[in-house]
Amino acid sequence: MLKRTSEFVIEACIKLSGLAVIIFVVAIFIFLLKDALSLFGVHSINDFLFGKKWLPISEPAKFGVIPLLLGSLYVTVGAIVICVPLGVCSAMFIAEVAPSHLKHVLKSLVEILAAIPSVVLGFIGIVWLGPFLRNTLNLSTGMCGLTGSLLLAFMALPTVISISEDALIGVPKAFKEAAFGLGATRWQTLWRIVLPSASSGIIAAVMLGIGRVIGETMVVMMVTGNSPVIPTSLLQPLRTLTATIAGEMGETVAGSEHYFALFAVGLILFIITFIINFIADICLRKARK
Amino acid sequence: MEYETKIETWNLNLYYGDFLALKNVNIRIPHRNITAIIGPSGCGKSTLLRCFNRMNDLVEHIKVEGKIFIEGQNILVPTTDLIYLRRKVGMVFQRPNVFDLSIYNNLRFGLRIHRMLKNKNDIMQAIENGLEHVGLWKELKDKLRKNARTLSLEQQQRLCIARVLILKPDIILLDEPCSALDPVSTLKIEELLRALRTEYSLVIVTHNMQQAARVSDYTGFLYLGQLVEFGDTDQIFTNPKEKLTENYISGHFG
Repeated sequence: MLKRTSEFVIEACIKLSGLAVIIFVVAIFIFLLKDALSLFGVHSINDFLFGKKWLPISEPAKFGVIPLLLGSLYVTVGAIVICVPLGVCSAMFIAEVAPSHLKHVLKSLVEILAAIPSVVLGFIGIVWLGPFLRNTLNLSTGMCGLTGSLLLAFMALPTVISISEDALIGVPKAFKEAAFGLGATRWQTLWRIVLPSASSGIIAAVMLGIGRVIGETMVVMMVTGNSPVIPTSLLQPLRTLTATIAGEMGETVAGSEHYFALFAVGLILFIITFIINFIADICLRKARK
Repeated sequence: MEYETKIETWNLNLYYGDFLALKNVNIRIPHRNITAIIGPSGCGKSTLLRCFNRMNDLVEHIKVEGKIFIEGQNILVPTTDLIYLRRKVGMVFQRPNVFDLSIYNNLRFGLRIHRMLKNKNDIMQAIENGLEHVGLWKELKDKLRKNARTLSLEQQQRLCIARVLILKPDIILLDEPCSALDPVSTLKIEELLRALRTEYSLVIVTHNMQQAARVSDYTGFLYLGQLVEFGDTDQIFTNPKEKLTENYISGHFG
């Protein structure tokens, strides 16, 4: 009898925790949606989505999200272009080439890389990388998109490396054996057989890397210069969606137009990360088959 | 026994770390025939087979002593061109290991890595010949873009054989090629092997004695890393010279 009661209690607890997670997610989404949609009662949705100017404290205020969206896009694309080749090649090296003792060292290093707090990276960006880029590239300021991209690439590397590595290790040994048996070299096997077989896992790694980069706030707020104008190159100061919310939320009056506009920015960010994670999930599922 | 030799080993010893897995093996594999290597599991059959295309190189802590001659060349010398060796000595594995690629690209892979045939028509012709050879062309000619992993296991194993044939090897090593297949598919693959013996020298490792008796011309019995007896398949199965062989084939152990 006692056993049955405890069984029931445990089951109920587990069920409840599961439900709680779902309720939290839904509640966050509803909260975000409600406040974001409040903006469009007072501000035209067209001006928000396609407006080219973000001037929240001018009179009349302008809440065009395009500069922020492009800011995020530039920094993210920059970071991914740097991070993906580096990450996938490192994963290939760790999974297929490195001797086992080096493999262990590298894997722990990658884990340490993941443990660096973003504010520390931002700090390095301000005191070293920014000035370094300004001097070497002869810029007017080192606080620009490129600095952000480089640091974010660094932040996304552990994600990209460890998930790609899992995908590469998951390729059946039999494929490699078959390729070697046909006379393929190690490189040919890696390039033509292992890499294509791991492709869905690697795409998932890239997607999760993008998710990591696009949602990152602290680093970009510290090093990208925070100028909400449409960027024409990565060498200019810019501002991302995340940095805008973090930087301006403290100055707004709750319930004001500006306040709702920041929620609308948050909603856009949420939708973007949701789509990216969704794609990553599909790829991972395909990879596990 | 009088026959033309294709592969010959001289005092072949193989160590896994400290363990002596092959002891002083001297075997002569005949030209254009099927040779079966039988023996209980763990006796070194696969290890011996994998010496002939140096697949053991991929395993760490293995040391090979002695000589293996293929057409007069000792393939154990470090200067051996492994890429060429593995083209000439093809291998079919226990489980069909087609790549996660289309049927076409599975066959194309070998041609590509060996830089054989650049012309599209020649490649197509080679692929057609390969599939024709293993009896798959009629079934698959309209499905060449399909992923090879969607085929049945028997078809996959045939495709693996075609993938080897397309490289024009002299020798084909088969490591328990039917162990993943059902009895009907097994018979069909055996039929294919019989057809191939006029053009290629085949070496098949099997723990299935009936299979060895059905398919092979010569049989070697390996026990605890030693070649106990080698001879004509009929003789081995009807009139073995060694007591150990007789006990094994009559099912007293193994």
